[in-house]
Amino acid sequence: MSWLLAGIGLIMTAGLSGLLAGRQGGGGEKPACALLLAGTLLAGGGIAGALAGKLEASLRLPWPVPGGELALGIDGISALFLFPLLLIAAAGSLFGLGYWTRRHHPRGGRRLRLFYGLITAAMLLLLVARNGLLFLVAWEIMALSGFFLITTEEHKGEARRAGLIYLAATHTGTLALFALFALLEQAAGSFAFPAGGTLAAGGAPLFLLGLAGFGLKAGLMPLHIWLPGAHAAAPSHASALLSGAMIKTGIYGLVRLSSFFAEIPPWWGWTVLALGALSGVLGVVLALAQHDIKRLLAYHSVENIGIIALGLGIALLGRSHQVPELVLLGIGGALLHVVNHGLFKSLLFLSAGSLIHATGTREIDQMGGLLRRQPWTGVCFLGGAVAICGLPPFNGFVSEWLIYLGAFRALRQGPLALQLAAMVAPALALIGALALACFVKVFGIAFLGEPRSDGALKAREAGPAMRWPMALLFGACAWIGLLPWTLAPLLQRAALDWSPLAAAVSLAAPLAPLHWVGLGGWLLVLALAGCGGWLAGHSRRAPRDVATWGCGFARPTTRMQYSASSFADFLAGLFRCGLLTERHGGRVEGLHPGPAELSTHTPDAVLDRVLLPASGKLAWLFTWLRAVVQNGRVGLYLLYLILTLLALLGLVLLT
Amino acid sequence: MTIARLLLHLFLLLTFAPLLQGVIARTKARFAGRSGAPLLQPYYDLARLWRKGFVFSRTTTWVFLAGPVTALVVPLLASLLVPFGALPAPFSFDGDLILFVYLFGLARFFTATAALDTGSSFEGMGAAREVTFACLAEPTVLFALIVLARVSGGLSLNTLLGPGLAAGWQTAGASLGLVAVCLFLVLLVENSRIPFDDPNTHLELTMIHEVMVLDHSGPAFGLILYGSAMKLMVLGAPLVRLLLPWQSGNLLLDALVFLAGMLALAVLVGVVESSMARLRLVRIPQVLVGTTLLSMFALVLVLR
Repeated sequence: MSWLLAGIGLIMTAGLSGLLAGRQGGGGEKPACALLLAGTLLAGGGIAGALAGKLEASLRLPWPVPGGELALGIDGISALFLFPLLLIAAAGSLFGLGYWTRRHHPRGGRRLRLFYGLITAAMLLLLVARNGLLFLVAWEIMALSGFFLITTEEHKGEARRAGLIYLAATHTGTLALFALFALLEQAAGSFAFPAGGTLAAGGAPLFLLGLAGFGLKAGLMPLHIWLPGAHAAAPSHASALLSGAMIKTGIYGLVRLSSFFAEIPPWWGWTVLALGALSGVLGVVLALAQHDIKRLLAYHSVENIGIIALGLGIALLGRSHQVPELVLLGIGGALLHVVNHGLFKSLLFLSAGSLIHATGTREIDQMGGLLRRQPWTGVCFLGGAVAICGLPPFNGFVSEWLIYLGAFRALRQGPLALQLAAMVAPALALIGALALACFVKVFGIAFLGEPRSDGALKAREAGPAMRWPMALLFGACAWIGLLPWTLAPLLQRAALDWSPLAAAVSLAAPLAPLHWVGLGGWLLVLALAGCGGWLAGHSRRAPRDVATWGCGFARPTTRMQYSASSFADFLAGLFRCGLLTERHGGRVEGLHPGPAELSTHTPDAVLDRVLLPASGKLAWLFTWLRAVVQNGRVGLYLLYLILTLLALLGLVLLT
Repeated sequence: MTIARLLLHLFLLLTFAPLLQGVIARTKARFAGRSGAPLLQPYYDLARLWRKGFVFSRTTTWVFLAGPVTALVVPLLASLLVPFGALPAPFSFDGDLILFVYLFGLARFFTATAALDTGSSFEGMGAAREVTFACLAEPTVLFALIVLARVSGGLSLNTLLGPGLAAGWQTAGASLGLVAVCLFLVLLVENSRIPFDDPNTHLELTMIHEVMVLDHSGPAFGLILYGSAMKLMVLGAPLVRLLLPWQSGNLLLDALVFLAGMLALAVLVGVVESSMARLRLVRIPQVLVGTTLLSMFALVLVLR
């Protein structure tokens, strides 16, 4: 534990070195990165040691805050959140050396590194906190540091707006969490986290408050309003940390909260399942309609949170109906997807960062042909794309496979109500197919074809400081995809920590096919490599100097290629009632039409369609009320005084 | 024993897959009143493509070759998970059906990206259509698998399509019938057959799968043709098993029954192709959503 604390201390102070360094020069870039890396190594060693039983796994120290206690602990659940967090933070910090150099971004670089360390340390603390007050303190540090990361480029209006919405959303969530922990204190007797499975039933308000507070952080639809703007506005390695790790703290909160209860009513599981399916499908459909690469990736976070919620819902239903296999598969799948999404989403954000760095734009339609110019970035992005679509042989498949297996097992046991949980499988299939469509679009439009703009034409491969972190995350994704059984013990341990019910099932049996999944991945890789190597060798001497056949059109231009919007148009049309894409222009008229323009824009389904108009109306209402009440006539103010006094008099007389 | 079964599986697949294409073409020719190409024409085509050289556009990268490679490797690997009639799959484990479905997802990913690699609008169009229709077909497949899993009580393709199927027809015949219809429609979509797509058309604006592979040539195109022939066989195998749920225990007899079933399926595909026109593009999503509803209905029947 002391190792972990030392690591947290190092990470927290990593950015301070930048403040001490002078305004000129590197601004303490390298020392900050080195401190952060050292901190992650220390913390990682501490966690691994605690899990292996070599170091103590819990710590209690007095804290002069009323009701508070510095209670820390590491268990299977925490570990599954901690390891990806450390990896992402380290990779992002290294990436930042090349991506956000002092030379190119003289403003805000020091602040970025300070809050990058601070948010990492706060998340580490939050994940090991075993006391409600400590948890809230860490939560707030994390939330505020997140705000400063999002507004790194505060001179841009878009970043300020995203930061403001984020701040409002996160504090609404914190409000719910205050109420949650106050109620939890009443139920458990102290602010210390109750042991697993000790709280009696009747936690409906607790569950709903938790769902609101943690759901807002996690980005569950329809509480995802802050997420797309925030992820798009932050620098890419900060987005990787926000999307890969920070939104998972919401999932962690839900998992931890649900572990306290002895009994879980079935409607909890169904609520989580319904929200998960909604987030999954709508998240990916909204992503499909985007053409800003980072906004698109942000919507995919909503989708993946939905997949995680589907797994969690199955596990909750398994606990309500006392089916241990469902508990193990559901929570195992959900937690593994937490890890996986952390890895492949940060990989995608980092490679998107490399693209943006090279081309200077976030618009997919301005890119093209980048695989030739950025081969490393391209391969890393392709790996992340295959992983996020849940395709073998990468890690996304393994966790989705566990959730599928849970859905199919629900069919075999239990009452009819539980069997309906099998509907998760078609929902997941739809989500997966849509994600595939979306990533074919992104990879195909951004990396393949011909460059669509000058920026894309002049793009150069990223430097080693940016390439290595991507390669590291790529390796981690491939590792979980090809050797999935190495994680089985940790998953079983986390399932046991979450619910003692999981102990009832022979732990090895439901996870045994993981060996087969790994073997399938190896076979696939070997067959593809063999066949591909042969074909590549065979075709080496083939001529490559002809243009793509353009249907006889004499002077094709690169603007004639399919664009991101045209690729998604058919699918977006099928979901038009959920998307309501706005189209401007695009009509050509007459026999000899002149130039025409078409632009499409898909606003957020909740924020732009519901919340902003509604709050605009509310603001107008209150402005009007204020104008009526406070209109500047002194006589009227005196009347208010007299009326108030009369009301008080009446109150006194009545009581 | 596993090795022997593995070899038999691969032998059946590699040898007979192109024959099915020949049977379909011959059936269509007969319906049109022509004598048609020889049954073995697909083999000749493959051999001819094998000897040819490559032509590459200067826009393309290595991804352009990844498409044909996955299109060949994926049906090969997927065939190891699916029983060929009464011959059980060489590899079988709980949840292999998900791997089966997702392997084809991988093939679709790379076929579509390889199409986009040429930078041609036509191939972009085909790729967009392919991934769109897959979104609508995928839930149907999962619903069908859920029905089968519910009827058989298993989680691997070997149990789903195992000896219990014959008894399943007695208890849940209506559901299995609906599932068979759905699987047939999915087979037509996935293998780009009329009424969803026309493998013989040469009008790029209406094509789906064919337009995606328009720029492939030589052995790479051969891999694609061979891969799609194997895909028809691998995706048809569950359907044939569903409709012929008996086994004799004799290896040779079972293999012959399976092949006869596959040939009958090929004739059926040919008949459908000859007797129907291609659907308008906007109608295809409606048909696919209808198929999904049909498979949901099958699930409702079996859950009640």
